[in-house]
Amino acid sequence: MAHAATQDHHDDHHSAPKGFFRRWVMSTNHKDIGTLYLVFALTMFFIGGSFAMVIRAELFKPGLQLVQPYFFNQMTTMHALVMIFGAIMPAFVGLGNWMIPLMIGAPDMALPRMNNLSFWILPFAFLLMLSTLFLPGGGPSGGWTMYPPLSLQSSSLAYVVFAIHLMGISSIMGAINIIATILNMRAPGMDLLKMPIFVWSWLITAFLLIAVMPVLAGAVTMLLTDKYFGTNFFNAAGGGDPVLYQHIFWFFGHPEVYIMILPAFGIISEIVPTFARKPIFGYKAMVLAIAAIAFLSFIVWAHHMFAVGLPMGAEIFFMYATMLIAVPTGIKVFNWVATMWGGSMTFETPMLFAIAFIILFTLGGFSGLMMALVPADFQYHDTYFIVAHFHYVLVTGALFAIIAAAYYWLPKWTGHMYSETWGKIHFWNSVVWVNVLFFPQHFLGLAGMPRRIPDYNVAFANFNMISSIGGFLFGASQLIFIGVLIHCVFFSKKKATDRVWEGAKGLEWTVPSPAPHHTFAIAPIVRDEELAHGHVED
Amino acid sequence: MTSGGIRHHGIRRMATVVATGAFALLCGVARANPVPWQMDMTKGATTYSHVPYDLNMVSLLVCVVIGILVYGAMFIAMFRFRKSRGAVAEKWSHNTVVEIIWTTIPVIILASLAWMATNGMRKFYDTTGSQMTVKITGYQWKWRYDYVDYEGKPISKVGFMSKLDDLSNETRQLHSGLDPYAVKTDGYNTYLLNVDKPLVLPIHTKIRFVITAGDVIHSWFVPAFGWKMDAIPGVINAAWTNIEKPGVYRGQCAELCGQDHGYMPIVVKAVSKADFAKWLAAQEKASAPAPAASAAAPQTAQVVAPAVGSAKG
Repeated sequence: MAHAATQDHHDDHHSAPKGFFRRWVMSTNHKDIGTLYLVFALTMFFIGGSFAMVIRAELFKPGLQLVQPYFFNQMTTMHALVMIFGAIMPAFVGLGNWMIPLMIGAPDMALPRMNNLSFWILPFAFLLMLSTLFLPGGGPSGGWTMYPPLSLQSSSLAYVVFAIHLMGISSIMGAINIIATILNMRAPGMDLLKMPIFVWSWLITAFLLIAVMPVLAGAVTMLLTDKYFGTNFFNAAGGGDPVLYQHIFWFFGHPEVYIMILPAFGIISEIVPTFARKPIFGYKAMVLAIAAIAFLSFIVWAHHMFAVGLPMGAEIFFMYATMLIAVPTGIKVFNWVATMWGGSMTFETPMLFAIAFIILFTLGGFSGLMMALVPADFQYHDTYFIVAHFHYVLVTGALFAIIAAAYYWLPKWTGHMYSETWGKIHFWNSVVWVNVLFFPQHFLGLAGMPRRIPDYNVAFANFNMISSIGGFLFGASQLIFIGVLIHCVFFSKKKATDRVWEGAKGLEWTVPSPAPHHTFAIAPIVRDEELAHGHVED
Repeated sequence: MTSGGIRHHGIRRMATVVATGAFALLCGVARANPVPWQMDMTKGATTYSHVPYDLNMVSLLVCVVIGILVYGAMFIAMFRFRKSRGAVAEKWSHNTVVEIIWTTIPVIILASLAWMATNGMRKFYDTTGSQMTVKITGYQWKWRYDYVDYEGKPISKVGFMSKLDDLSNETRQLHSGLDPYAVKTDGYNTYLLNVDKPLVLPIHTKIRFVITAGDVIHSWFVPAFGWKMDAIPGVINAAWTNIEKPGVYRGQCAELCGQDHGYMPIVVKAVSKADFAKWLAAQEKASAPAPAASAAAPQTAQVVAPAVGSAKG
């Protein structure tokens, strides 16, 4: 802790710009922009969550009680778009912004002005997209995947396409910034293979983003020209092919899925060693596994399209490639368990969320393996089994990792400890209700209930009601999280130490809590024993 | 007025439903259509439908076993290696032998699952030797069925639209005040799972379906058949079935196709070959003088017996 470099910063937190506008709107500071991203993501999480509440309320029992089917479809579409592009992705970018420079000993992001731009595009993108809900004809209702020809029937297509373009520009700039920062701004001695796994996971994720966001932009632009400029990319009557869109979309879409989970792997790989007080098991294997998963993500896209009538050879290729993903993913899970084995564990809130992540993400991985088997997927495809699967990997996976990260680094950000009691209340409520919410959806899917329907036969009534109850209570549990955050930021009296957690290792814990406005203006002297992975053997 | 799902029907129905469900589970009765509290996949009613069922069960079993091992190790670790029990952290951080083992074993398990799945696919993709062809066309929001040929003979002008039945349609309206639980056919609740005209098919016949769509993408899904297949404009997909037991098999459109996506069910009525011959003769006779049956169709949908491959035509 008595780190030579950090001593130079004792008065730097006074240098934050005065005035709300200058501080937040004109910010070029990685910490402030990180905070902006996180606050934005949290806001979107509640907006997207409110759409989910409408969905679960309508599905509470058979018959339509609340909304028309067309509006229901807008809710499912918007819920996905807001959660994916507004909540999960910005939250990871926010965490990356805050933590990557701190973890590698850099004074800031490599391109601070671009950092400001890439954040400030987002609120406008979402304003544009959410505004469609109040327009005649309503918001997009063809699903977040926007399959033509259905999506071409929507009157709000242009709004959504432009919003997606903006989000894509934001993501690409964010990714360029992260790559530039990691490759150029590491403190002397911070070799690539000594970097925290969170930094590694973001480096790989950033390459995925740069590779696939332009593909999405291309796909939605083709939708735009098909609708407004007379092209026939996806119009069968004009010689086009609706399936072409799905290939392009999922060539983006599958790496996108991993964009939303690889940083989560990184977070869990930071938290588990801290609270097990034992170095991560198989550091190099963990890094290689992330890289392998990223590579495989480019050659599995058609497993989202097993029912479109692909030739058997194609289905076999995509099935085998998809099943291969289980190997590196399995390695990651085994390594987390091996990290715990022989450790000295304590169970603070971040660790609880991390353990829940490992268990429940693995459960989502299991259903993913089942879905990779083509004949079985002919039954699972487009049913609630799929809905259950991707909510296990995205809610108890990505979201739980984000929440774990928030608890883990909150004391570093604010200088105060959050309430451990209320953190645990938040955890137990979340973990119980999220399972009440999503586990019964497996049964619904196996029984044959299609997804994206506003009403259903009474055979599906019982599990839908259970799921809805779980949904309402899971949603309500997240209000506890808001309470914990507000308490920690504004009211907590308990000062955080610089180290915060007894077992914490890495450069971010060598700076004071709260982290001063400017850190590592002079590159720190990296001592291997300070790092979580200072001594990597073969 | 509320439709009273919980209050009016609550406990009594719950009891019967649990009893039925438990009975079905215990006796292994083939449940081709969804029942309350159903927790597993149907075994289906065709010569192929056991394939997804078996794969589902085997892969589930594999997952459960791996789950017990992994979660078991985790819980033992969480119990044994707690700081509060005085555990002191060890320093090791890798073990090559263990890592090789837990990379190799999953590969072997995956290879066996892949082998099973590949065999199932070969069965599914073999659409040869069919004795009957039915063309299925998806529209917003109904299905059209055209009988193309049967036992080597072309069928002329037997085709019709099949859409949600009137009772479900009235009940499903927002604030209809009607109770979904009251929508019954032959003692079975058919809310949103019933149509005006079912697709009538013979049993013990290999039936090839050619599946397409007229507007947006739909997906033809009857769980009892063990598959779904997307119906895509400009694309003709092929699939087949060979039904083993007479009965009524219900399904739904499985690809989001607009506001009434949830309201375009599929009903297949499987009858004996003799009954089917009678039914077909009656249909052909009825359509002979005036092609009234296809009047509602947006297009004359007689296909030239299509020589489609496995995927796109």
